[in-house]
Amino acid sequence: MDLEETKLPGVGLRHDFTTARGRRIGVVSQRGGDRELLLYSQDDPDACHAVVDLDPDEAEVLAELLGQPRVVERLARLREQVEGLATEGIYVEPGSPFDGRTLGDAAIRSRTGASVVALVRAGEVLPSPAPSQRFQAGDKVVVVGTQEGVRATADVLANG
Amino acid sequence: MHTAALLIELGAVILGLGLVGRLAGTLGISPVPLYLLAGLAFGAGGIFPLNAPEEFLDAASEIGVVMLLLLLGLEYTAGDLLGNLRRQAPVGVLDLFLNGLPGAAFGLLLGYGPVGALAMFGITAVSSSGIVAKVLADLGRLGNRETPSVLGILVLEDLGMAVYLPVLTAVLAASGVWEATGSVAVALACLAVALVVALRWGAVISRFVSAGSNEVTLLRVLGLALLVAGVAEQLHVSAAVGAFLLGIALSNDLDEEAHRSLEPLRDLFGAVFFVSFGLTTDPSTLPPVLLPAAGLVVLGVLTKLVTGWFAAKRAGIAVPGRIRAGAALVPRGEFSIVIAGLATAAGLDPQLAALAAAYVLSMAVLGPLLARWADPVARRYVRRQRERAATAR
Repeated sequence: MDLEETKLPGVGLRHDFTTARGRRIGVVSQRGGDRELLLYSQDDPDACHAVVDLDPDEAEVLAELLGQPRVVERLARLREQVEGLATEGIYVEPGSPFDGRTLGDAAIRSRTGASVVALVRAGEVLPSPAPSQRFQAGDKVVVVGTQEGVRATADVLANG
Repeated sequence: MHTAALLIELGAVILGLGLVGRLAGTLGISPVPLYLLAGLAFGAGGIFPLNAPEEFLDAASEIGVVMLLLLLGLEYTAGDLLGNLRRQAPVGVLDLFLNGLPGAAFGLLLGYGPVGALAMFGITAVSSSGIVAKVLADLGRLGNRETPSVLGILVLEDLGMAVYLPVLTAVLAASGVWEATGSVAVALACLAVALVVALRWGAVISRFVSAGSNEVTLLRVLGLALLVAGVAEQLHVSAAVGAFLLGIALSNDLDEEAHRSLEPLRDLFGAVFFVSFGLTTDPSTLPPVLLPAAGLVVLGVLTKLVTGWFAAKRAGIAVPGRIRAGAALVPRGEFSIVIAGLATAAGLDPQLAALAAAYVLSMAVLGPLLARWADPVARRYVRRQRERAATAR
């Protein structure tokens, strides 16, 4: 894949590339933080068929949505690389003793030896959550550790 | 009593501009031509002559030029300027001469003399960066592949103006050929020094003006801009160029928020600048220049189309993109008016101001419309090509 970077004087930067299936897409990064998502026309390769204006928050959400599968992919690869390492996404069920309490309260690492590497909440990934991060019912807690450690974590989150 | 009159008249003018600006938004055109028209209507000999507070408006319009050029400079970093100069220099030269020479020829034919011809060269050569950038953003063309060529030309034109304006200011101020040559040399030397300072020590200047609060930063930037502009004017480099160079010096490191906080000032004083030019132009001088203005408009559209075509072709853009690039470059605006203002202030033929007003009025209206029409034209071309390919098969 060939990512092209073009300077737009007075505007910002444009990045664009052609996908394996022949569509050209790109992003204009304006200096104020706004982004434009570009879909190039197939008839006229120099023009855009559609342009979507995104404010900085929207751009971030889109980036996370597009980046999310890669986090999962990378975790899967990590598991393959290190034998004996288990990762799992454990849901915080409604009624869990830790619904509304912090990661620090659960003391998962000291009790089970497993580490919480991310929280997935409403489709958004919160990587490396801080000990002050609160759990909510419905969160997916991504845990890495030994097989027993991961199982023990599920037990802690369900029963306290 | 005096205060009341001043406030009422000023209020009427600014409120009028606000209403006119809204109209421009509804029509989807640039407000610049409407500001000029408002000035013509309110001025001496207009439909609705207003005894405008001249001294105040003069001062405000000077500040308007400084703000317009300061903000323009802030858009460009030193890297943008040098990079475009390296890559696009031939296109920039073609652009300036192809578009400027017809203007200069008209100037000579209409009897404005060599200095008037020099002014006409600038008036017809330079596209309006403000209008073009706005049109490209509004039409969603920032991502198009011909857009870097268009923006590159704007950068080079503005850079060209940084050389042209000091030359014009010096020539206008001088009385003889020798004096003119001398003051041009001095002005260009000052420009070179200022450019080096701007490119080398921009970070130092930015650190000096950046204060914790936006309010203080605003005051420092504004104060420094007026100071630099004043000194530049004194040295015949022209206030506009001084402000432009300061903008370039600050562009790298001044934070985006301070930049944004300057925009309302630019909008206010910039509007006053255009109105004030309209106010000083007597509408009764317009009819005799309409014919030459129409000729210049036709030529000006054609030469910009050619420029855009070549610039885009050089960047490997196909025919539809070349049409779009040329049409986008058509609008003329702030620079043309700045030049005409300088020329009339120096006592050149007042007809020149009327011609410039008529020219900018037409180009600022026609330009965005042409840019819009380029899309269907380009689409029709693409469709025809496809049909031809289909029948050939």
